[in-house]
Amino acid sequence: MLKKTKVPAFYEHKNGLPHAERMLQGPFALIECYQRIPCDPCQYACPREAIKTFQDINDLPEIDYDRCNGCGRCLSKCPGLAIVIIDSTFSLQEGLVKIPFEFLPLPVAGDVVEALNREGRVVCRARVLKVENAQWQDRTPVIWLTVPKEHVLDVRNLRLIQGDERDGGRYNCLPL
Amino acid sequence: MRVIQHPILHFQRGREIKFTFNGRELTGYEGETIAAALHASGVRALGHSPRLNRPRGFFCATGNCSSCLMKVNGIANVRVCITPLQEGAVVEVQKGKGDILATD
Amino acid sequence: MRCKRERVIFLQQTEIAVVGGGPAGLAAALEAVKMGCQVTLIDRHAFLGGQLVKQTHKFFGSSKQYAGIRGIDIAKRLAGDLDSGPGKVSLELNTTVLGYYDDGVLLVEKDERVSPLFPERIIVATGAMEKMLLFRNNDLPGVYGAGAVQTLMNLYGVVPGCRVLMIGAGNIGLIVSYQLLQAGVEVAAIVEGDTRIGGYLVHAAKVQRSGIPIYTSHTILEATGENCVEGAVICQVDEKWQPLAGTEREIAVDVICLAVGLTPLTELLRQAGCEMYYVPELGGYVPLRDENMQTTLPHIFVAGDAAGVEEASIAMVEGKIAGISAAGSLRSCTKIDGLLEACRQELHELRAGDTGDKSRRGLEKLRKTMEKRKYAEKDESTGLLRA
Ligand SMILES: Cc1cc2nc3c(=O)[nH]c(=O)nc-3n(C[C@H](O)[C@H](O)[C@H](O)COP(=O)(O)OP(=O)(O)OC[C@H]3O[C@@H](n4cnc5c(N)ncnc54)[C@H](O)[C@@H]3O)c2cc1C
Ligand code: SF4
Ligand code: SF4
Ligand code: FES
Repeated sequence: MLKKTKVPAFYEHKNGLPHAERMLQGPFALIECYQRIPCDPCQYACPREAIKTFQDINDLPEIDYDRCNGCGRCLSKCPGLAIVIIDSTFSLQEGLVKIPFEFLPLPVAGDVVEALNREGRVVCRARVLKVENAQWQDRTPVIWLTVPKEHVLDVRNLRLIQGDERDGGRYNCLPL
Repeated sequence: MRVIQHPILHFQRGREIKFTFNGRELTGYEGETIAAALHASGVRALGHSPRLNRPRGFFCATGNCSSCLMKVNGIANVRVCITPLQEGAVVEVQKGKGDILATD
Repeated sequence: MRCKRERVIFLQQTEIAVVGGGPAGLAAALEAVKMGCQVTLIDRHAFLGGQLVKQTHKFFGSSKQYAGIRGIDIAKRLAGDLDSGPGKVSLELNTTVLGYYDDGVLLVEKDERVSPLFPERIIVATGAMEKMLLFRNNDLPGVYGAGAVQTLMNLYGVVPGCRVLMIGAGNIGLIVSYQLLQAGVEVAAIVEGDTRIGGYLVHAAKVQRSGIPIYTSHTILEATGENCVEGAVICQVDEKWQPLAGTEREIAVDVICLAVGLTPLTELLRQAGCEMYYVPELGGYVPLRDENMQTTLPHIFVAGDAAGVEEASIAMVEGKIAGISAAGSLRSCTKIDGLLEACRQELHELRAGDTGDKSRRGLEKLRKTMEKRKYAEKDESTGLLRA
């Protein structure tokens, strides 16, 4: 199913999620990288050695959730943009999701945007808490989104709300 | 149509350059190819195939396929996808296979 | 091309000529110079880097090399290494190698002038060329190769159109679709004839979460439009890639982008008389070569996509091997075996993943053919008849 038209479904894979208890203890990285490909920056990026040492460059990243504190270093180093940071403890109703976002126009803190799932469908609205765009992130900004708790595992992308005047800036050419 | 803003790249365009396409005056930038300048001005059909007279655009943009032959400053069969745009260039749609001896 | 009267022809000599300044050629030149050889690096473009200069995305691969760095920046680093390197590589940009002559002379063109170059060793790192696909009206303006679309938008900042249909869900199709979105161009869909996505799934996920559908088991039947592409008819296919009647539908697009694979650029190798072998897994006809990237002609080496279409990371290691082997055949150096072995180990690791199986199959075919050839040669030298 993974290799056909369907998008990766994380729950099918063992390296997908920490157990429920851990999820309630604070931020963690969710790595959606389920294919043996020659790639390893995530492992070297982690300052806490939470990503198990690769025996072979094709190994799948596996997180030790007792070590991972959701700092997000790995997120910004992953060329596959396959990592998100999830924090279900953000507030009573809301969770925090940090996603990589390499498009223009960039949202700004305080914006309300549409949160999209792995298939690009709108799942809910999200508030932009922060936009990280530091030099070391090398043009892969990280957007902090607060979303209703039940959606923290679904949100993978964002879109400015239709009618937002900046939305026109998404295209360099009017769609047909 | 040109990319105005880009999340990764910053385009530093050179000096503005005037040239003509079939007599029509167009502008491009120094450092780009004739094909890129034409495309940016909305010209996509660059010529016609010599035998069946079908419209042709570019295809490979690296000088491999010869799909983009045009007449430039009187010289026929110029691959415009790899030819830099120059001030005052006279770019024309070429008829048939083009006259290789013409120097008009 | 015009004829120029005042042509000056003089025979230039060099120890090693590297044809092609992509990752493979750059790595080869660097290694050969390190070993004290005189190297001439030739590329037909005004810049070094080959395919890399159009790759705006961060590359996979080993952190020890360039993983996580954007292709455009890898190109800059490699070119920088060349400048700051131990020896001097003589660079010939805007220069095309037109042909190879029996006596080992390369015909080189620059500024509409042709001159001969006589190298003692040649490393061919010419890269690959895009494949075409058969469908009705595939010659309409607006049907572009993926490389052309990249050149237009990432080099010149000109959008190829407003709405694109991508053909092919290999890495190139997926990445170029993503780059189109970044350049502010709509992508209508990605169409793939196979039953599955060929490229890396993390790349597929990037475009899917932007809402671009990937239609596997689909193909394009025709491009529509008078003077330029105005639409495309796509349909479903069965396992044998035959269109299924009644599944056709038209999509309004103004660009059809073909990303249906690359095939090695091997003209020079053929002209030289290197033995070629058809290996579809490596993109088509590839030169027979041994572990040291030496072709069947002892003074000609090959590296990168020209030796079989794979990846930049692999191209760089192959380039290293070719550079070391070519230099090693001119200069004696005790460290060579160790260096080559380390490179081969690196290649082995890079190809060991799920997506490397195709390369592995293709390379196995090549290896077997080389082996048979060796036996045949031995027979000949012992006076026995060829099998
Ligand atoms: C869209 C896309 C995305 C990619 N993404 C990745 C990725 O994420 N990771 C990865 O590892 N790889 C990636 N690749 C693959 C990678 O770019 C290639 O495998 C690599 O560039 C091959 O290197 P090369 O040096 O063999 O050839 P090239 O980079 O193609 O360089 C060959 C050079 O030789 C020159 N040349 C050819 N013939 C002549 C001649 N006769 N005279 C003079 N010069 C000549 C060409 O102009 C060119 O500059 C991608 C490729 C594409 C198209
Ligand atoms: S989020 Fe931080 S601690 Fe967790 S795996 Fe990534 S880099 Fe390591
Ligand atoms: S860096 Fe990203 S793509 Fe590479 S192995 Fe790690 S998670 Fe996968
Ligand atoms: S488009 Fe192929 S040669 Fe110009």
